[in-house]
Amino acid sequence: MEQPNLEYINRLARGDESIKKELINIIKTEFPEEKKEYYASIESGVFKRIEENVHRLKHKISILGLVKSYEIANEFETNLRKLDLNGQEDFEKILRLITQYIKTI
Amino acid sequence: MKCIIIDDEKTARVILKTLCNEIKSLNVLEDFPDAIQAIKYLNKNQVDLIFLDIHMPDFNGLDFIRSLKNPPKIILITSDPNFALEAFEYDFIIDYLLKPLEFNRFKKAIEKASLKELSAISTKINTSINTEIENDFYISIDRRLIKIDLPSIYLIEAKGDYIKIKTESKDYIVHSTLKKIEEKLPDALFLKIHRSFIINIKKIIDIEDNSVLIKKDVIPVSRSKRPELMKRLDLL
Repeated sequence: MEQPNLEYINRLARGDESIKKELINIIKTEFPEEKKEYYASIESGVFKRIEENVHRLKHKISILGLVKSYEIANEFETNLRKLDLNGQEDFEKILRLITQYIKTI
Repeated sequence: MKCIIIDDEKTARVILKTLCNEIKSLNVLEDFPDAIQAIKYLNKNQVDLIFLDIHMPDFNGLDFIRSLKNPPKIILITSDPNFALEAFEYDFIIDYLLKPLEFNRFKKAIEKASLKELSAISTKINTSINTEIENDFYISIDRRLIKIDLPSIYLIEAKGDYIKIKTESKDYIVHSTLKKIEEKLPDALFLKIHRSFIINIKKIIDIEDNSVLIKKDVIPVSRSKRPELMKRLDLL
């Protein structure tokens, strides 16, 4: 499985450590909140809310350089619009992967 | 360009601010996590450019666009280009950028916005010039300012320290010089045909040798001014 990385953040920061640090800190704060909201929406079974949560999480996936995972999230989001939960398991694997990764940065 | 950022995701707002800081012409005034707060801000403040996330909960970017009365330029930020299609019905939408944002693509969008800004300024200047041509001007007579409709003037004659302005309805004597008034008159309508006369070329009835007939006035045309006069007339 592909691994998250900081290539995008490094490119954006252009060597400015303070920008890099700020972005990492925001991701470390925002990602767990968004993940929590996602699981709450899964519990409630409201597809529109799940779709919104996935959409927001998708951006974090792309920022962390997870190209294939981004496609998986895209497909899951499309399925959710059709009230179909297909892709949930793979999507949640990505969430677990990121959860582990952000502990290391 | 004064700009604001609207995106429900803090990461996205910080990324946008970082990119904006790289471009000198951009001045980020505020950033908002939702469109409602931005609308309140825009009711009191003017901006040149908005970076707008389309996909936001409750009141999304498209709802926001529809709510604007005098929209500034907008650059859409989205993860899904399909969402941007509808927004392109609006001519104030400059571009859309896909997340995650990359600097080079971002810079191109800003260049587009700057071009649009220049084009808007140019249109404004042209409109202002055209308006000036169609507009009136004021003359001061006996401490009164009297509005004169420019196209109604058919002749202006120098009379020592004064000028006589002849209009369709009335004549006015004003303390001024032909040179001063000539500067205020639109070239498209008026021509100095003699050191003592400026005429409205649209009011010429006929031209004979070295004179023109305007209303009932026969006005001499200087030899040096004749070529210019002939050039300005629509000759068959």
